[in-house]
Amino acid sequence: MSTTLAVPVTIFFASIFTNNILLANYLGMCSFLSVSREIKTSVGLGIAVTFVMATTSLLNWLVYHYILIPLNLDYLRFIVFIMVIAAFVQIVEMIIERVSEGLYASLGIFLPLITVNCAILGVSLFMVIRDYDLLSSFLFGFGSGLGWFLAIMAMAGIRQKLKRAQIPRGLEGAGITLIITGMMALAFMGFAGILNIT
Amino acid sequence: MIQQLLLSVGAISAIASLLAILMVITDATIGNYGIVKLTINNNKEYEVKGGRPLLATLMDEGIFIPSACGGRGSCGLCKVKVLEGAGQYLPTELPWISEDEKKQDIRLSCQVKVKQDFRIEIPEELFNVKEFRGRVESIVDLTHDIKEIIITLIEPSEIEIRAGQFIQFKVPEYELTNEPVYRAYSVASSPSDKTRVELEIRLVPGGIGTTYVHKYLSEGGEVIFNGPHGDFFLRDTDREIVCIAGGSGMAPIKSILLDMNCKGVNRRTRYFFGARSKRDLFLEDTMAELEMSLPDFTFIPTLSEPKDGDNWEGETGLVTNILDKHLGKGSNVEAYLCGSPGLIDACVAILTKHRVPEELIYYDKF
Repeated sequence: MSTTLAVPVTIFFASIFTNNILLANYLGMCSFLSVSREIKTSVGLGIAVTFVMATTSLLNWLVYHYILIPLNLDYLRFIVFIMVIAAFVQIVEMIIERVSEGLYASLGIFLPLITVNCAILGVSLFMVIRDYDLLSSFLFGFGSGLGWFLAIMAMAGIRQKLKRAQIPRGLEGAGITLIITGMMALAFMGFAGILNIT
Repeated sequence: MIQQLLLSVGAISAIASLLAILMVITDATIGNYGIVKLTINNNKEYEVKGGRPLLATLMDEGIFIPSACGGRGSCGLCKVKVLEGAGQYLPTELPWISEDEKKQDIRLSCQVKVKQDFRIEIPEELFNVKEFRGRVESIVDLTHDIKEIIITLIEPSEIEIRAGQFIQFKVPEYELTNEPVYRAYSVASSPSDKTRVELEIRLVPGGIGTTYVHKYLSEGGEVIFNGPHGDFFLRDTDREIVCIAGGSGMAPIKSILLDMNCKGVNRRTRYFFGARSKRDLFLEDTMAELEMSLPDFTFIPTLSEPKDGDNWEGETGLVTNILDKHLGKGSNVEAYLCGSPGLIDACVAILTKHRVPEELIYYDKF
């Protein structure tokens, strides 16, 4: 892979499969556990996460490279990233609520849920640690969102089947979900040799 | 060092302020829905600030929709019929709304936002409903399983009720429930006593509300309830009154009788009260006093299974038999019943047999 596009594209696919933010890094578990009961709602949340990850990674990259680095303030990145994410999500929610009733019902309602989702902040921090350029960061954010979407969809599908299964009482709810998440993570490790990012 | 400190503080402040300004601008432009018109039951119109949940908007107008979770969308109690303005169902409402309710446009008022002109329908009585905070003044055993609870109001300090109505008592989380639940109890005190509410509560084994009241509530404790609710109250007519109650069904009837005493109502009134044995009978003194002070009132208690030691000289038998025996011509009678569904159904049959008009039989089943 020698062209300049190759690296960002690798990052994009790696962030979906081999370096899935949820299954490889176990980030964003809270909403993953609580909203994965039904496929319909997890689709809404998945789209919202994808959108927010892609856009905030872009925004945070710009803030980091054009404000924090020149001022030598990169140690403030945690607090700044969080503020940017929170404000951005809030504004997007207000806009969606105003503009489209359908979009608000399917996606907007989930936005406040993910403002403080650690996977979103995680994506912004990874891109800084790994020193991605603008395009890579955007594709990394977008891919991570899709990966998270994929994981929650799969889990919702499994949990709908689980409704008819007999689960030991102590394992009902979050317990069995975490075990299944672990198995899914193992399955995703099967992709590990195909692509890799560091 | 100082320079670095100022720089970082400045940078954070600048970024935060910029974001805050952006949000304020968005809120004032895109998030500003202006003043919208809220029409309730087709006859009351309110001009309200748009953009907030229906539940909160109504609360601002002093209309209290019962809700246990306080607007988090986790109790599903604050249902309201929305005729116009609500838009499509939100995923956060759907777990609480059945297919039937969907057809009737029932919405969860804490989730639906008032963004345009709204038309809703709520029970008329909700206009007077408020949430009250009170302190338990006393708890007294009336019988082996019925307690009298007197609650002094703290905030608001006065309640306007009609004799016979009930309140919704908030049972907090405890052993038997992991979320707050509401239970309805009739008010037993006279409406003229605006600063206090008296309840008569019988212990139902395993009952969430009654177990809480009997085992966990103590004098001096704080309670929350909302009300008043219900259309069980004395109608202002000239007809004879027949009251029938069993057990803690005494409460609303007592309230009605006290209210009549206050207002000097002189209609012929008979009160049939059914109990098993003497240990289930209570408030005989109050009833005796009312017989003295009301111009034409008779209290007719009956025991279905008097014990040997009871020395009972009054009526014996089921309340239905005694009612049948005493009622006579029913065409000029208006009846007020409070008790178990079994008691009420049986008594309604007797009353209609004696030609009491069915639409003038009012009851409170529990």
